[in-house]
Amino acid sequence: MNPVLQEFWPYLVLIFVGFLPNEIWRLLGLVLAWRLNEGAEVLIWVRAVATAILAGVVGKLIFFPPGALESVPLSVRIGAIALGLVAFVLVRRSVFAGVVAGEMALIAGAMLLSP
Amino acid sequence: MSAPLSSPSAPSAFLRGFTVAWRSVFAYVLFGTFVGIGALGHDFGFSLFWMVMSTVLIWAGPAQVILISALGTGASAIEAAIAVTLSGVRLLPMVIALVPMLRMETTRTRDLLLPAHFTAISMWVESLRLLPSVPRDQRIAFCNGLSVGLVLSAALATAVGFYLASSLPPVYAAALLFLTPLSFTVSVLRNSHLLVDRLAFAFGLVLAPVLATLNIDLDLLWSGAIGGTLAYLLYRLRRAGR
Repeated sequence: MNPVLQEFWPYLVLIFVGFLPNEIWRLLGLVLAWRLNEGAEVLIWVRAVATAILAGVVGKLIFFPPGALESVPLSVRIGAIALGLVAFVLVRRSVFAGVVAGEMALIAGAMLLSP
Repeated sequence: MSAPLSSPSAPSAFLRGFTVAWRSVFAYVLFGTFVGIGALGHDFGFSLFWMVMSTVLIWAGPAQVILISALGTGASAIEAAIAVTLSGVRLLPMVIALVPMLRMETTRTRDLLLPAHFTAISMWVESLRLLPSVPRDQRIAFCNGLSVGLVLSAALATAVGFYLASSLPPVYAAALLFLTPLSFTVSVLRNSHLLVDRLAFAFGLVLAPVLATLNIDLDLLWSGAIGGTLAYLLYRLRRAGR
């Protein structure tokens, strides 16, 4: 391969395999949203679909975790999410409090229960 | 790029958004998450600059993890591109829901290109929460400031993770990966004031793992379409009954 091409090859891959296949959905969203007003009824449904997909990402990360998270028992993963939610409600509805409590629960649980 | 004529205060709105980014839990959640992604890229043999560029250009954690692991494990470019584009479909409804909050009569399409590019779960959740209290003519600038803050946090973290890669104990690597599901769950609970959003979250949370267990292709998209539509129909029923 020509040396200039070789040097830029990884970046061409990044643009054509990583950036464009992902970005196309954002551009399509821009086109489809062009004629919608903020109060449009269909937006309630669209937001519900987006929220359900987001929840799906969460569900899959909890039940089929990637990499190192897999070594933490499922009970600890679910328990840590539950503790995070309890801390959020108890500590002035603070997301920081929820995340810190959930993380501490996960690390403690992993250290105590992992083989 | 020129600022829209109607917003002389665009730079200050941008700065306000940028400042708000660092008060958002997501600046720190993203930092932790992208330390994990930077370490992953290092382990698969990508260069530091390539990794930081992929954070800024792709700006969607799941797509980036898919790209790195697919290319790193020797998948073909076509296979990797298909996997990336399937994970990117979820960005479509997010952009459609966000754009009408940003747009005014005088807004040009090119003014919305940056907010559309910056649309990702973290930015979307924070924008939907914060934009209603921002004057309409300052929303695009505010949104860009918020996004630049979040992207900056993620890009710095990618570099930090790249250098930390070999010295990260497994328990902490697990804790970094846990940041995404935990922070998304807590912030949706904070932000969803409408019944329809809570129902949609509950349905998606249950449906996606069930569909994945049944080995159904495109499980995420199905759980979004089915869960979201079901939540919307229940909301319509309740509204009609009142």
